[in-house]
Amino acid sequence: MATPPVKVYGPPLSTAVSRVLVCLLEKDVPFQLVPVNMAKMEHKKPDYVKMQPFGQVPAFQDDDITLFESRAICRYLAEKYPNKGTAGLFGTNPLVKASIDQWLEAESQSFNPPSSVLTFQLFFAPLMKLKQDEALIKQNEAKLEKVLDVYENRLGSSRYLAGDEFTLADLSHLPNTQFLVEKTDKAELFTSRKNVGRWWSEISTRPAWKKVVEMQNA
Amino acid sequence: MAIKLYGAAASTATLRAKACLAEKELDYEFVSINMGNKEHKSPEFLSRNPFGQVPALEDGDLKLFESRAITQYLAHTYPNNGTNLIIHDPKKMAIVGVWIEVEAQKFDQFGSKLAWELAYKPMFGLTTDDAAVEEYEKKLEQVLDVYESRLSESKYLGGDCFTLADLHHLPVLKYLFGTKAKRLFDARPHVSAWAAEIQSRPAWVKATSA
Repeated sequence: MATPPVKVYGPPLSTAVSRVLVCLLEKDVPFQLVPVNMAKMEHKKPDYVKMQPFGQVPAFQDDDITLFESRAICRYLAEKYPNKGTAGLFGTNPLVKASIDQWLEAESQSFNPPSSVLTFQLFFAPLMKLKQDEALIKQNEAKLEKVLDVYENRLGSSRYLAGDEFTLADLSHLPNTQFLVEKTDKAELFTSRKNVGRWWSEISTRPAWKKVVEMQNA
Repeated sequence: MAIKLYGAAASTATLRAKACLAEKELDYEFVSINMGNKEHKSPEFLSRNPFGQVPALEDGDLKLFESRAITQYLAHTYPNNGTNLIIHDPKKMAIVGVWIEVEAQKFDQFGSKLAWELAYKPMFGLTTDDAAVEEYEKKLEQVLDVYESRLSESKYLGGDCFTLADLHHLPVLKYLFGTKAKRLFDARPHVSAWAAEIQSRPAWVKATSA
């Protein structure tokens, strides 16, 4: 079998890497996952930094193009393969696309900062034997609750964030939420909110995401 | 008027949308939201942006929030108006997309926090946190080192021409350049030249003088 032209560099456990993996799986785009040994600082070595100048994962290649930033990669994939796999991830017309973009930006600007801090503090820090910062945890939990209140309201009148269909806007939430719900004691933030809970159980049981979780647990 | 922008004149996110409207030479009505009176938390405004933040856009029936979603919408919907802020070649646009994310994820993170400490706090009579400034400047410098490298190989962040990837930086640059943080940009020749050039664009000068 020919090597797929698409390569993703990085460990599946990384939230940003898993964001790209789930998008590739939703779009049915074959890819090769190239391991990056972060414990050995491989992501800071010159060969890797050539692809990702900030020395972070993931890096992504498709033929002759090299990309980084998981959300940019997802947008690229959704635009390049609009009819492959799950259609409509980035909308089928400009108005729908604008609405999806709006919620993808909301994820990036409002949901991601506090949920990333919590994911790091509550899941990765203990794993890496680092000390947790209680004040930071409290502060970010409060921020995340405010965001989830907005989502609770929105998801009461809309099946998914941008409308009736599953889109990149929902997909982008999968990585951090997976850790918070399954690997920390903060699941209640999501499950105690009726609409958010319903939305989470729908998007997290999609086959593509279940496959990514399998890859993370391997 | 078909396009309405709801926002606050001093808000960087509002300025981001204004910059785009100016480059696209689009007519619009600016509706000032009085944040001092908590108008951004009113039920009327929350129906435009459920997070209670500025700006919000209305274009006919379409209602949008998030400044970077607004600029993308305008750039794609009005390709023949004013400056072209996107690239039609999908591979080249993918690269623009990368640097749009870099601004959103990396530059803005530290840049806007620095702007808050050094520019906004004095405006509101609040005390600057010097320890925080030191921390944010260190982190911003790491980002600017990558920019210096990128801009030594590429005229603009996204490629050969000015795009949204550059435009999105303008509001935070405006505030930082009025503070001691300007020296971080001055110290890097390619970054300094790029920052000077994009801030001197007529559309930006017009958008910030109104």
